[in-house]
Amino acid sequence: MDSFLFVLSTTLMYSAPLIFGALGGVVSESSGVINIGIEGIMSMGAFVAASVAYFAGDPWLGFIAGGIAGGVLSVLHAVASIFLKADQTISGVAINFIGSGLSIFLCGLFFDGKNVTTSIKNKLPKIFNNSNFSVDVTVLISFLLAILIWFVFYKTKWGLRIRAVGEHPATADSLGINVRGIRSCCVILSGFLSGLGGSAVTLAIVSQFSPFCISGQGFMALAAVIFGKWKPLNAYLACVFFGFSQVLSIVFNGPESIFPSVILNTLPYIFTIAVLIIFVGKSIPPKANGISYEKEV
Amino acid sequence: MTTISKFLKKPVSSLFLSVFCGFVTSFIILAITGYSPFEVASSLFNGIFSRPKHIMNVVIKGMPIIFTGISVAFAFKGGLFNMGAEGQFIVGTIASLIAGSIFDLPPFFQVLVVVVFGTLAGTLLGGLTGFLKAKFGTHEVITGIMFNWIALYISNFVVSLKNFHRPNSNSTFPMKDSGFTGLRGNLGFLKDSFFSDILKTEVNVGIIVAIVVAIFVSFILNKTQKGYEICAAGLNAEAAKFAGMNVYKNTIYVMMISGGISGLAAALSITGTSPHSISILAGFENNGFNGLSVALIANNSPIGCIFSGLFFSGLIYGGKSMQSDLKTPSEIINIMMGVIVFFVAVARIFPIIVDRLLKRRQKSNG
Repeated sequence: MDSFLFVLSTTLMYSAPLIFGALGGVVSESSGVINIGIEGIMSMGAFVAASVAYFAGDPWLGFIAGGIAGGVLSVLHAVASIFLKADQTISGVAINFIGSGLSIFLCGLFFDGKNVTTSIKNKLPKIFNNSNFSVDVTVLISFLLAILIWFVFYKTKWGLRIRAVGEHPATADSLGINVRGIRSCCVILSGFLSGLGGSAVTLAIVSQFSPFCISGQGFMALAAVIFGKWKPLNAYLACVFFGFSQVLSIVFNGPESIFPSVILNTLPYIFTIAVLIIFVGKSIPPKANGISYEKEV
Repeated sequence: MTTISKFLKKPVSSLFLSVFCGFVTSFIILAITGYSPFEVASSLFNGIFSRPKHIMNVVIKGMPIIFTGISVAFAFKGGLFNMGAEGQFIVGTIASLIAGSIFDLPPFFQVLVVVVFGTLAGTLLGGLTGFLKAKFGTHEVITGIMFNWIALYISNFVVSLKNFHRPNSNSTFPMKDSGFTGLRGNLGFLKDSFFSDILKTEVNVGIIVAIVVAIFVSFILNKTQKGYEICAAGLNAEAAKFAGMNVYKNTIYVMMISGGISGLAAALSITGTSPHSISILAGFENNGFNGLSVALIANNSPIGCIFSGLFFSGLIYGGKSMQSDLKTPSEIINIMMGVIVFFVAVARIFPIIVDRLLKRRQKSNG
């Protein structure tokens, strides 16, 4: 029982940042804008969250600030891909560069040339805090957000509009829906959510920003979006699955382990590919995903 | 359409404008944060051009990313986004090291074997990515990312193996020196010339091969039927299928070749520069990821990758002298690159802006 609880809580811990990022990806891509820059946005969120929490002394303020920083950075992506009709993949690659570069650059500026921030004293609170079952509040928040986004997407007219814009912008436009407006909101919201994902790393899992604290989570989140077939709850489960396979590799790792470390370390990635092949098959993205919309006059 | 906007519509001119905007933005960031942009610029310039040695180092450091740039550009032409170039580079390094340590042939053949092994490893991994895409529809970006991580851990595993691991270090033994591709021995005639300090660098054959490969790939894409089919499938897979082309096979071939080029990059880089061994990787070394930017800036032209690769490598190399001269954080180079790529992405906007401005002026005049 104890080991079960340990696996469960560690799984949730690892999956929380991915969930924020993946929800961001779902929101943006459902409206038709590919967001490959989640990794860079998460770095930015992670840095801003850790430094605001340090200077203000309040982790919650840092958490929100991380989200806002992500939102601000994604404005660049929104402007480029929605209004300037840029190639969304290229713009996303640029965002990754800018996000990871800027976060380390600013870190050196505010923390005497060091590339790590000073550790914060108070991390975000935990909702359970036993020795082998501790759950961060970010786990709860990410779960609630997934439910909320599912509700908005499938039970409200706003969700219908977002999906319409992502599937067939011309039709949506002819019904009087503001395609660019909705897409802009979605991309910025996507940045906000990804930024929260970065905050969840530096304020709940570790207590400081370092250059390697975001290493691949953004891309994992991207994989979860596709794995989850662009649906919020499926993406949530995909992230939990990734978290679980990460935990498996930790649980079985050790000096007396019967498996060589290389198998355990690569397990999450091999799992992902295997699952994509066996269960998912062709996942079909929103029809207009990646295509900028030009009004025909 | 005015002449100015016509001029701006040319890819080359909007590219230079993008690069210019990238520099201006980063210099503004530097100025705001208290560094003198002029000092930074001159340090960057001197770091790259002040001595033949520095220029040669830029070329040497640029070789791998020119290759990975060509690799990404080639896949791009076929409608595939080779995010896995990083992993293909890593497995290429592993295979080259293993071949270079196990075989013991005369120098020429040794090099040949090592290069073939490195290229083959990249080809296989690229081909596997392509196969999964063609057969199961798994997105090449996702599998590419996964394979990058798998390659990284395999590389660390190989470093830890008893046969390869050099005791009390975090790296392997270097490969046998018959597999090295350095050219210093052949350039003795430069000893008394102005270029003598090139002999202090690890000048190697890599860049020559890179240029040959760039020309060859460019020829295939533009002048052969196969190349035409690749580009057609890249532009519109459905139409290509309708025209009777085998898009399924195409996907696999394109990824095999793309992966092979990344593997070749790895082989030439481990045989060409010290330490000729693999170290434990804490994170990615970005040989493949930088190739993405190289290809994007080159607008996916293989020949263009030579220039954008050298440009990027110059920034990275010059950025180091910037850091040691002025304590400017080298991350500014990443930001600069990001901004340049960003402007490349939105380059279409330049002629539109000029058009609008001119129209407005006409209106106010008339």
